[in-house]
Amino acid sequence: MNKTNAPIVLEAQGITKRFPGVLANDDVSLTLHKGEILALLGENGAGKSTLMNILYGLYHQTEGEIRINGQRVLFHNPRDAIMNGIGMVHQHFQLVPVMSVVENVILGSEVMRGGGRLDIKRAIQEVSELSRHYGLAVDPTAIIEDLPVGIQQRVEIIKALYRKANILILDEPTAVLTPQEAKELFRIMHDLTAQGISIIFITHKLKEVLEVADRIAVMRRGKMVGAVSPENQTESTLAEMMVGRNVILQVVKSDAHPTDQMLRVENLSVKDDRKVTVVNNVSLEVRAGEVLGVAGVQGNGQRELVEALTGMRPVSGGRFFIAGQDATHFTPRQITELQVAHIPEDREKHGLVMPYPIEDNMILNAYFKPPYANGSLVNRAAIRSHAEALVSDFDVRTPSVVTPASSLSGGNKQKVIVAREFSKPVKLLIAAQPTRGIDVGSIEFIHKQIIQQRDRGVAVLLVSAELDEILSLSDRVVVMFEGRIMGTLSMAEATREKLGLLMAGSLD
Amino acid sequence: MTTKTPTEPGQERLKQFLLAAAIPITAVLLAALIGAILLILSGADPIAAYSALIKGSFGSERAFGRTLEKATPLILGGLAVAFAFKGGLFNIGGQGQLLFGAIIAGALGFGISGLPFVIHMPLALLGGALAGALYATISGALKAFTGAHEVITTIMLNFIAINITDFLANGVWKDTSGIVARTPAILETAAIPRLGTNMPLGFFIAAFIAFLVWYLLFRTTLGFEIRTVGLNNHAAHYAGITVARITILTMGISGFLAGMGGAIETLGVVGRFQPGFNVGLGFDGITIALLARTNPLAVIPAAILIGAMQGGASQMQFDAKVSFEIIDVIQALILFFVSAEMIVRYILRIRADQGGSVTLSTGWGQG
Repeated sequence: MNKTNAPIVLEAQGITKRFPGVLANDDVSLTLHKGEILALLGENGAGKSTLMNILYGLYHQTEGEIRINGQRVLFHNPRDAIMNGIGMVHQHFQLVPVMSVVENVILGSEVMRGGGRLDIKRAIQEVSELSRHYGLAVDPTAIIEDLPVGIQQRVEIIKALYRKANILILDEPTAVLTPQEAKELFRIMHDLTAQGISIIFITHKLKEVLEVADRIAVMRRGKMVGAVSPENQTESTLAEMMVGRNVILQVVKSDAHPTDQMLRVENLSVKDDRKVTVVNNVSLEVRAGEVLGVAGVQGNGQRELVEALTGMRPVSGGRFFIAGQDATHFTPRQITELQVAHIPEDREKHGLVMPYPIEDNMILNAYFKPPYANGSLVNRAAIRSHAEALVSDFDVRTPSVVTPASSLSGGNKQKVIVAREFSKPVKLLIAAQPTRGIDVGSIEFIHKQIIQQRDRGVAVLLVSAELDEILSLSDRVVVMFEGRIMGTLSMAEATREKLGLLMAGSLD
Repeated sequence: MTTKTPTEPGQERLKQFLLAAAIPITAVLLAALIGAILLILSGADPIAAYSALIKGSFGSERAFGRTLEKATPLILGGLAVAFAFKGGLFNIGGQGQLLFGAIIAGALGFGISGLPFVIHMPLALLGGALAGALYATISGALKAFTGAHEVITTIMLNFIAINITDFLANGVWKDTSGIVARTPAILETAAIPRLGTNMPLGFFIAAFIAFLVWYLLFRTTLGFEIRTVGLNNHAAHYAGITVARITILTMGISGFLAGMGGAIETLGVVGRFQPGFNVGLGFDGITIALLARTNPLAVIPAAILIGAMQGGASQMQFDAKVSFEIIDVIQALILFFVSAEMIVRYILRIRADQGGSVTLSTGWGQG
């Protein structure tokens, strides 16, 4: 698999990028060979995105230079990068959902007939040829929003190839895919490199890196730690490079001892904002002292299920009980008062008030209770000492408790939410994507906290799109697909392959 | 990731305060500077003009009293807008709420007799304030239950208020002893007096209200709910706060403040309701709220500044032979620079995440 003999197509040398007060890239160098898959590995905030944004012309480096095919280049904007054969597939697709595949592909570089008229026939032909040539099967006339996520991603790749890209940057491409879809993507990546395309693949998933990369570049705190080849690496050696210390990837936990039923959901149906039923007749139960994992690709009704169970979204059918009490039509406040803790999926939208100081975020849903309130007055002293204690107990890295939540890193933001939710008596914990996009150290910490809660007799409903998280924390797993529960598995039955099939909606 | 050295909460607060204060002060200085250029271009001496302006607004006890008198309804109008901003709402209807406050205070001031001052004046004042509150609640309820944007509904209600108050002042409540469309003069017992010869008592009432508003926002649980809804209504919903209830309440309190502004103007300055006398006060409230960066206590100096410009304008016209419209231009420039905050931030090199960017109303089309 060694492709280091192939010519160098892209070379970044001594790239430094300073933002006011932050050194995002510190003397970073990187080479990419023709036909190579280079994985760029690093935690959130390690500087991967900054480096890629520089390569794509979105940022300008403070120091350093970029060479393409040996020629020094200076990008003022993404258009310059595209002209030099660089294409980028962003984590959040840049597609117009109501337009067809071909319309999306040609958007911005339309094929014209005389008089400014669109030559859609020729465009369709060109897109078909591209998809045939690179093995990217897709119907050019299909409407984007009708296509599965994996196919939409293919359209993004075709879009880049249509602009004659020979260097592709894929930013966290597997985050939205099932394991099977990810396999298909890897096949496509190999097909592309066989045809001379070079790929930079940004990720934080160690398994994938070992599976697909020809070479692995690891970044940590703005610096390039080194480039290694996958043959002599393991997940734990890579994790150590990424974090800078020995990391325990496996969560240590004993067997669960489930007792009383804390959450019972009976034939629950919930509609989304467009009034489409996205949770369809779901039934499940969680007992005190166990973790029930809800696996599934994002967007299969998990968000709406959690919102319904926490009182934030009305229920359109069925019932649910918390600690034996019918809570189907309870408000969020009434549900919190049943000793339910909720780690929301979107921490910046629901979990925190970003301009608020940490201390106010620590009492966001307890501000009306003593000691934080004396009658209808707030007790600032109690709020501050509460926050100071939690900041130290939960290891929130912040200059002070009056620092606005917005200036914390993702991991520390999440720790503020976890601290708040665990600082009160809890019977049921509903955790949605509790570690999405945060650093390994914080993930470790939060996982430990969740298991501790379980061991104290808390019932935990864990919703996560990260299969590894589900597998390492859960005592039982259910899989959601298109709003339905595809099956309940014990941990013995829950293999990666089996879950992957259920996540894709296959029942056998 | 850079690790920061721990700082004391007090120190951090002071730093945030200084950064926040630097922006409006620079905005005012920039506006004055451009005003000076305009004065030179029109052939006037800016130093003479500005010193006449200062003399006319702070130069004597009488001038200072006039400044405070001008500032009084501006404080309440500014508080109304600032308070609504704290709850994430843009109340452009201060003008309409103020008109209702002014006419109801006037009606209570002339229509009820036989009450002692200690009852009559507060009754007329609170009556006017409540009229403003009820009027603003219409917009609050429309927003909470139908999602109608308060900018649209308050603007439209302004026109309705102008015409209803004109109609009343020219109809059932018209002073029949004259031909001018206005209500009769209020009774002595309803009037807000001066302290000594020049100091308007109304100003101190307004300043006290500003303190109460600050206390409500920052020291009560209701204030916590209002600010939470204002900064992130999704998080407020998550935290168990009933967003619709807070929206209606915020609008109601905002209208209460604007209505009180109108009532104070009637009871303390004009002495009756007269159409056309209160125009613009509600809109100046927007300038003042933005200049104060929605901080209720900062509303007081902001209102005094605008009040001084309006109070000293005639002196400036008289001494320096400058048209007082230049004051409107400077006031507009202040509004421009506090709204176009990025320009000032660029000049001062203050980053967007420092100095507490002020979150105003939630944008168009958001819940």
